[in-house]
Amino acid sequence: MSACCTTPEFKPPTEPAPPGALRTVVLIGPPNSGKSTLFNRLTGLRQKVANFPGVTVEQRMGLMAGVGRPDLTLIDLPGIYSLDPFSEDARVSIDVLRGEMPGTPKPDAVLLVMDSLHLTRQLMLAAPVLALGLPTLVLLNMTDLMEARGGKIDALKLARELGAPVAQISAVKGAGLDAIPLFLNQQTDRAAAKPLTLPVVGNAASAHSWAAQISRRTGYRAPLSVEGTRKIDNVLLHRFWGPLLFLAVVVGVFEVVFSIGQPLSDGFGAILADIGNLVRPLLPAGWVQSLLLDGAWKGISSVLVFLPQILLLFLFIGILEDSGYLSRAALIADRVMRTIGLNGKAFIPLLSAYACAVPAIMATRTIENKRDRLATILVTPFMTCSARLPVYMLLIAAFIPNTTYLHGIIGLQTLTMLGLYLAGFVGAMTTAWLLKSSILRSSDAPFILELPQYRMPTLRSLGLRVIDRGRVFLRQAGTIILCVTLALWVLAHLPVIHSAGGTVSAPELANSLIGRLGHFIEPAIAPLGFNWKIGIGLLSSVLAREVMVSTMGTLYGAEADTHALSLQTALHQDMTLGGALALMIFFAFAMQCTSTMAVVRRETNSWKWPAVQFLYMLTLAWLAAFAVNHLAILFLG
Amino acid sequence: MLIGLDLPESVQNHLMHMGFVPDALVTVLRRAPAGDPTVYGVDGMEIALRRETAAAMQVRAPESADQDAPEVIEAAR
Repeated sequence: MSACCTTPEFKPPTEPAPPGALRTVVLIGPPNSGKSTLFNRLTGLRQKVANFPGVTVEQRMGLMAGVGRPDLTLIDLPGIYSLDPFSEDARVSIDVLRGEMPGTPKPDAVLLVMDSLHLTRQLMLAAPVLALGLPTLVLLNMTDLMEARGGKIDALKLARELGAPVAQISAVKGAGLDAIPLFLNQQTDRAAAKPLTLPVVGNAASAHSWAAQISRRTGYRAPLSVEGTRKIDNVLLHRFWGPLLFLAVVVGVFEVVFSIGQPLSDGFGAILADIGNLVRPLLPAGWVQSLLLDGAWKGISSVLVFLPQILLLFLFIGILEDSGYLSRAALIADRVMRTIGLNGKAFIPLLSAYACAVPAIMATRTIENKRDRLATILVTPFMTCSARLPVYMLLIAAFIPNTTYLHGIIGLQTLTMLGLYLAGFVGAMTTAWLLKSSILRSSDAPFILELPQYRMPTLRSLGLRVIDRGRVFLRQAGTIILCVTLALWVLAHLPVIHSAGGTVSAPELANSLIGRLGHFIEPAIAPLGFNWKIGIGLLSSVLAREVMVSTMGTLYGAEADTHALSLQTALHQDMTLGGALALMIFFAFAMQCTSTMAVVRRETNSWKWPAVQFLYMLTLAWLAAFAVNHLAILFLG
Repeated sequence: MLIGLDLPESVQNHLMHMGFVPDALVTVLRRAPAGDPTVYGVDGMEIALRRETAAAMQVRAPESADQDAPEVIEAAR
């Protein structure tokens, strides 16, 4: 088997498959077998992620364009160790494999991926999968690595033992993947699946001895364990350096996001403004121009500006996750998490929540204990997600002076930002502790964490991740934010005033429909130091936090006095320092994100928890903002 | 060398599928910076377990006190 240079763009097979013979292929394998990498290889960008209906197990589907079979759908099943129906993941896998999952087509063929570095253990999954009797191709992944480290396997013998074809591949390099279309083409002229000849394997112990027998008979020699990972861990999990490096990594990520991301965002913002100015002369002056440029474009570009920074953040979280470092972080954090009643696994979703709470809440699925998982879901939205960044950066730039301390090493603006991150973190930890020592108390669940070997993250998977998040962000900007800004612009220009001369003009902002709404809620937020315009921003930001910025952009753009000012200057004239600080702390604690509420509902299967969470966070945000505003009045005047 | 496990059914099954089966050779690789959990090597994989989980596994020293194997699991009691 050639170890290199098989391109993923495999030539389509010359003979077309008879119509209707093959349609759906499933991909299954243990965790860390390289399944996701292979899935990305086989499907490229043509994939979508959803949930299997009715359960909280993620379903990834794609067309197998990567191996020249775009007519076939590939379903990626969750990474599982066994078909033991104790776990939800395994139950879903069994249902899909048997064609009993509603809404998911019955599979015509199975690709079983196994990590050849740990073949004996991985073979334990082969028996129950093969026993289902579907045409199956066994893929031994990472064979290049295994051979390089002195491992050995007789693939032909293994195929004979298993009664299924076996191919050696490297998903990372894309080598050996041509076996997959070959296998699929053969399946079309096979009438039925072969009768099963494998021993029916019962419990884990007998599965293990079966797997051990097979690997002995096929001359499998496990490769020497890699020293590399151990050596790296000697440093990264060192008693003293480990935690220190861990902190350095986290701080470093944010430092890079701000120091590299900021100029990128500024440049991007200038380009967006230029586009608006270029288009302006092309549109007839009047309400169309105002609606499109001052309403829609201004609103959207005030949010789009943050795209570079948000993508950078996702890139770094992706590197940490793909390299295998996040499980080490979970190991280091276990002790601390234990004191608040959770375990180290809860730390991984909390860390990725710095990018976005939605994938983070889905990542809580790795937490076995139901109560621990619920507690983690409930505190995740406290972590400072990337959607809060636009709001924080706008307010910090407008209100916090750019003074530095310690010879310019630390700036007051940076300190404020760090303080807000810390506030969110403390909010999450305290709430978790309260929950775990009251309604979600449970006996300590066992903590079982596999530490995968360090891997170099591939550009391909990082690229896919960043593109995927970019798409979500742009879709949000193109739909929710566009609709909100357009609606705001309309509400800010109604009711129209008919003057004596028969001309029609827009009302003062304060007298417009949106102005009246803002005034209506003003009594509730005045104690926090917010005026009615901020009130409108808060109402609209219940949809998504970053909408706040575009709302303020549209509102101040619609008002005659502030029309020409930059958003920062306009805000600065309209708010006190206390109000601004209170607004930041309000955003640190409040749950303003419909996407998060939707995902919490889906993951907890009831509206009760998102409602409880929303009210709790709103109350906390209001109280904290009240306190901050009044403290600021007391001490800062 | 692992003799047996004494844990709730589902946990036990999960651990066995991760390689903690009778007669498996388990070695202590390292402790987390805070002293607990501990990383064990089994079947070429590294698995971290907390003290109380590891304590529920009965072990004995392997017959051939071999080579330069890391300290054989004392099941961290």
